[in-house]
Parts: sequence; structure tokens; C-alpha cells
Amino acid sequence: MKRVQFSHPLLPYMLLLPQLAIVAVFFLWPAGEAIRASFYLEDPFGFGSTFVGLENFSDILTNAEYMRTAWFTLFYTVIVAFFSLSIALLLAVKADAVIHGSATYRTLLMWVYAIAPPVAGLVGIMLFDLHVGPMRDFLAHFGWDMKVGVNYWDTAFVMAIIAVWKQIPVNFIFFLSGLQGVPKSIQEAAAIDCRSGTRRFWSVTFPLLAPTGFFLLIINITYALFDTFGIIDIVLKGEPGNNPITLVYKVYVDGFRGNDLGGSSAQSVILMVLVFALTIVQFRMIERRVHYS
Amino acid sequence: MSFRFAAAGAVALATLATSTTVSFAATDIAWWHAMGGRLGEVVNEISANYNASQDVCRLTPVFKGTYEETLTAGIAAFRAGEQPNILQVFDAGSATIIGAKGAVIAAEDLVNASGTKFEIEDYIPGVRYFYADSEGKMIGMPFNSSTPILYYNEEALAKAGVEAPTTWEEFEAIAPKLKAAGYVPLSQSHSPWIFTENFMSRHNLPFATNNNGYDGAKGTKILVNNDAIKMHFGKVKEWLDNGLYGFYGTGWADNQKPFQEGKVAMWLGSSGSFGGLLKSTDFKFSASQLPYWKSVIDEGAQTFIGGAALFAMSGKEKAQNDCVANFFSYLTSADVQYTWHKETGYVPVTNAAYETAKKDGHYDRFPAAEVGIQQLSLPAQDNTKGYRMGFYVQVRDVMNREYGKIFSGETTVEDAFKTIEAEANKLLARFEKTSG
Repeated sequence: MKRVQFSHPLLPYMLLLPQLAIVAVFFLWPAGEAIRASFYLEDPFGFGSTFVGLENFSDILTNAEYMRTAWFTLFYTVIVAFFSLSIALLLAVKADAVIHGSATYRTLLMWVYAIAPPVAGLVGIMLFDLHVGPMRDFLAHFGWDMKVGVNYWDTAFVMAIIAVWKQIPVNFIFFLSGLQGVPKSIQEAAAIDCRSGTRRFWSVTFPLLAPTGFFLLIINITYALFDTFGIIDIVLKGEPGNNPITLVYKVYVDGFRGNDLGGSSAQSVILMVLVFALTIVQFRMIERRVHYS
Repeated sequence: MSFRFAAAGAVALATLATSTTVSFAATDIAWWHAMGGRLGEVVNEISANYNASQDVCRLTPVFKGTYEETLTAGIAAFRAGEQPNILQVFDAGSATIIGAKGAVIAAEDLVNASGTKFEIEDYIPGVRYFYADSEGKMIGMPFNSSTPILYYNEEALAKAGVEAPTTWEEFEAIAPKLKAAGYVPLSQSHSPWIFTENFMSRHNLPFATNNNGYDGAKGTKILVNNDAIKMHFGKVKEWLDNGLYGFYGTGWADNQKPFQEGKVAMWLGSSGSFGGLLKSTDFKFSASQLPYWKSVIDEGAQTFIGGAALFAMSGKEKAQNDCVANFFSYLTSADVQYTWHKETGYVPVTNAAYETAKKDGHYDRFPAAEVGIQQLSLPAQDNTKGYRMGFYVQVRDVMNREYGKIFSGETTVEDAFKTIEAEANKLLARFEKTSG
């Protein structure tokens, strides 16, 4: 690799400065502030505060409801990531094989991407609404008395289905371009060796898609953990009640609705640690098994 | 031609000159509120009328979203030193804003300082002390005040051949008839507010220690785990299982909708829902007071107000504070209160406004519009002025969650109230430390 030389030793740092400033102002400073606030119980108006040490953390971790939320978040993340990835992969493989009118198919499969999460949530809640949802009437034919907002798992189902629907196009685009990057020569060589298309896919194409898949896995986990907030808020109509919520939504509920600054800061610190750990695990453990070239 | 031009020009200039003088001399005050939709339009009309009524103060109302969003925006602005003059804060947020010593100027002090004598007796009994401190000084100016009442579909009741119930015992007697007539007899839109907070008030039961929390956050414990309310929720669950009660989730509108559609015969909602119901229903409906258990109390006691109050934020110049006081006086004047009452269904907060509404024949035309204020005007008792508890938004979240679990059969009434008590007390203990 060619080594780039700068004429002045300070120049690279100067060039990095705008980026670093943004990171400092919008990430490091608020993160530091959250860590500080997590050790206090504070009057939201800023008139009083008590240093409570690790009490905010122990209150959270001994709260049965917080643990239920944590387990649900894990479950939800696995479900959303798995189905968004697998359905998108299936669609990409099929769309890749289409010869006539492929552009139309591909556009149709992608355009959900343009919908904002709250809008996706609204569309979903209209379909599954307790009073007016056509999907509810449809499912009633199969004996499923779906009650979004009343039944915990029915609400979870709708939250997952909207999140998956919204995420499929992103994954689809990446998988499709990944598939098109698989060299023709390798495919043809494999076709000579093996007749079974399914087997060729799993033993040749799929490993070659691994870099794309690994990248998408991270993106999808992050999406399910954090970016589904808008969908969840719309489905719950701002009132969680006895419905599933994710950890990020709980930070919002306690911090922004409930003005418990210390408690919600401690929750976000826990999330920060989680994300940090997740990133290390992903890059250390998984990346070793993925071949990039 | 040229003369007409000159005249027109002169008039235009004069208008411009007057309007600029007015806007320069006027003191600007801002009002952050959470009134959307039709309510927001009425707020804008009131503000415009106020601005037209005098030329010293100019009020600008700003819609800030839901109650929670408005409070959070107000807090953020306060910390940045950019708070509005008036902030609308809802019932469950009152402990937060009143607990923050120095964030607000008491409405009573503000009005007195501006030279007008404040008389708490001018206000109807049910609204006097909810937003007051432990000495009974009014901190927040009650604005959109409502109380839970029972709405009923007159056609449905006639079809079943029953009268609206005054007690829950009567409800148990008529509910099967309504069910037989093809209706879900009852639904309800806010379990913490209607079936918990006002349940305590209606039955004159203490809701928290320390004088229902008014004497300060220190050591305040919730008294929600009592036999009367457990009996009530046991019954509600029984009604639900027998098809005598409908539960459509935690959201307000989800439970109101089946009543508007004529599927549910009776609905417990806010007296402030009256205006909206008039527009959205095509059947005849009326209202009666919130039912109570005869087995718990002989005569149902007064309920207290829900809704929100206006708080004058501190850190503003005297001229602006005087304008806020002036606006409060305008807002609580009989005519303005009557307009607000008529347009929205929220109760008029002063006795004078109530008299005006009576004289004008408003209640002859709409008897249901008087139910809320009658219920708020019942004689006050020990536990009827309200409650003051911190982190109360979270306490309500816990209640909603546990009630949802009771209704879905995931937990028992006994366990649910144990959990609510434990989690609420934990939250109250945490809140106590925020002011330390």
C-alpha cells in the first residue's frame, strides 16, 4: 500500500478537526453528561440533586419490569433481524434470477424503503387496529381474535411485522448488489460440479455473500434495537400499558415523559455498555470467519 | 385622483403608525400549551380576544404537543433560561413543577402583586386546592378542568328498559339487560384517573400518606392497596369476563370509540369530552355522575379535577408578570369561562361563570353539561381535594400495566395491587431525593 505523506505534521489533524468536533459535541459530551447524571437523582428543573452512587443502576437491575423489557428487546431484535434478513435474501435471490422486467420487480421491492418509520407504523396500525383494522377481520377467519394494545403478544407481533416490512428493502438492495458481485466464472464452474441449485447456493454463493451478510447483520441489530422507536411509539399510541416495549423506548418513557433524569441516564449508560460489548463481540468473533476478498 | 391617493396613503400610514406604536409599547408574553385540534382553536380565539381587549400586553399562544411534551419542553427551556411566561402543566405533572421550588410564581401571589385581590372562594369547590400548596395557596391557575362522569346512550338504555345507574350496585343490576339488548354495557377511558384517583375521592378514601401527599414529598407513601379498590377491580374483571365491560387497551380514544359507534351503551370519560361527543355521535346521549359503591360510602363524595393548569414561570420581569396576572384575571372572568365551557365542555372554574351559564339557560339546553360541575361542587371531605405525588407519570404507567395484566388474566387483583404499591413507593422514595 502506498504511504500518504503530508507536508506538515499538523495538517491531517486539522483536516480531521471538523469531524472530531462533531463527535465531541454530539456524542462525547452528551455521553459524559449521561454518565454523570446516572449517579444523581435530580430535580428536572435543576434546583436540587442528590448523589446516589450506583443506586439508579441497582434500582433498574432489580426491577422485574426492566428485566422483562430487556428480555423482550433481545427476543424482538433476534426476530426482526432474522426475518428481515432471510426474507430479503430470498427475494434478492429470486429477483436476481428474473430476466424480463427485472427493473420493475426490483423497484417494487425497494420502494418501501422511502417510507419513514412513523408512517410505516401508522400504516401498520391502520391495518391491524382493534376497531377498524381489515387484517383483524381477516385473521378472525382463522380463529385468531387479534387484540393489538390489549394482548401483549399480539402487540409484539404487529410491532415485529411492521419493523420487518420496513427493513426488508434495505437488506434487499444490499443482497442484490452482493449477488451481482458474485463472479460469473465461479457460478459456471459450480454449475458444472453440481446440479442442485440449492446446494450450489449454500456452498458457493452464500459464503461469498458473507461480507454483505455480516455488514447487514450489524445494521439490522442496530435497527431493531434503536431505529424501531418510531414504529413502537405509533403502535402503542404513546401509552405503553401492558404492552411490550424495548429498552430504548423505556429510556424515553422514564426520561422524557416521566422526567426521571437519573434513572433514564442510568438506563442509557447500560445501553451504551451493551452496544460497546456487542460491537467488540461482532468484530472480534464473527469477522474472523468472514472472508472479504 | 391624486387627492384620493394622498388620502389613502395618509390612512395607510396612520394605520401603520398606530399598529407599530402598539406593538412596540405592548409587553409580549408567551403561553405554551398542549391543546390540539378544536381545543387549540379555542385557545387561539381566547388569546386573540384578549389581545384585542387591551393594548398593554400581547399574548402569543404556542402549541407544544402532548401534555408530557409540553412539560418537557418547558423544563428544557427553563434550564436554558428561555422559559415561556405561562406553561400549561397537567394533573400528573403538578408534583414535578410545584416540587421544584423556585420554578414558578404562585398564581395567588402573582395576582395579588399586580394589585388585584385574589379570592380562592370565587372558585368552585372541586378546583380550589388541586394545584394548591399544603397551606391552600393556589400555585397553578386551573385552566382546562374536567372530572370523570358517566355518559350513556339514551337509545340503548331505553331499548333495555333501564335507567342510568348512580351506584355500582345498580350497574350490576342493569348490565345484564343491556347485554341482552345487544350492547357492551360499559367501557372506560382512563383506569388510573377514573378507577383509581377519583375512585378514592368519590369514596373519601385516603390515596397517600402526608395528607394525600400535599404536605411534601418526604416519606409520602401511596395507599392504593386497600380492600375497597381491590373489591372494585375484582368486580371489573368479573364484568369483563361476563361480557358486561369492554377493555380496549390503555389509549383514551380506543375506549371512547365503541361508545361513539353505538356498540357500548355507557362510557366513563371526562366532562371535557362533552363538546367532542356532541359532534361525533348521531344518537341521543346524556350523562350522570360517576357511580360509587353503596357498600363503601352512603353518598358519593366530591371528585376532583383532571386536565391541566397554567403556571406562571419565574425569572421574568415585573411588567411581564403583571401581564400574566392580567391575563389570568381575563381568563377567569365569567364571560370567558362561559365561552370556554360552552365550546369545549370543560367546567367553568369560578362560581360566577357557573351562574352565568345557568342564567343563559345552557343547562336547560344541555343537561349533561352540568353533571361535571355538580359533581365537583359536592361538599368537600377529607380526601377529596386531590393528590400530590412525584414521578406520578411513571406511577400511572405502572397502574396501566398491572390493570392490563389483571384484565388479560396474567395476574390476580391481589398481586397487582401489591406490585403497584411496591413500585409506586419505590418511585416516591426516588422522587423525594430529587429535591435534596
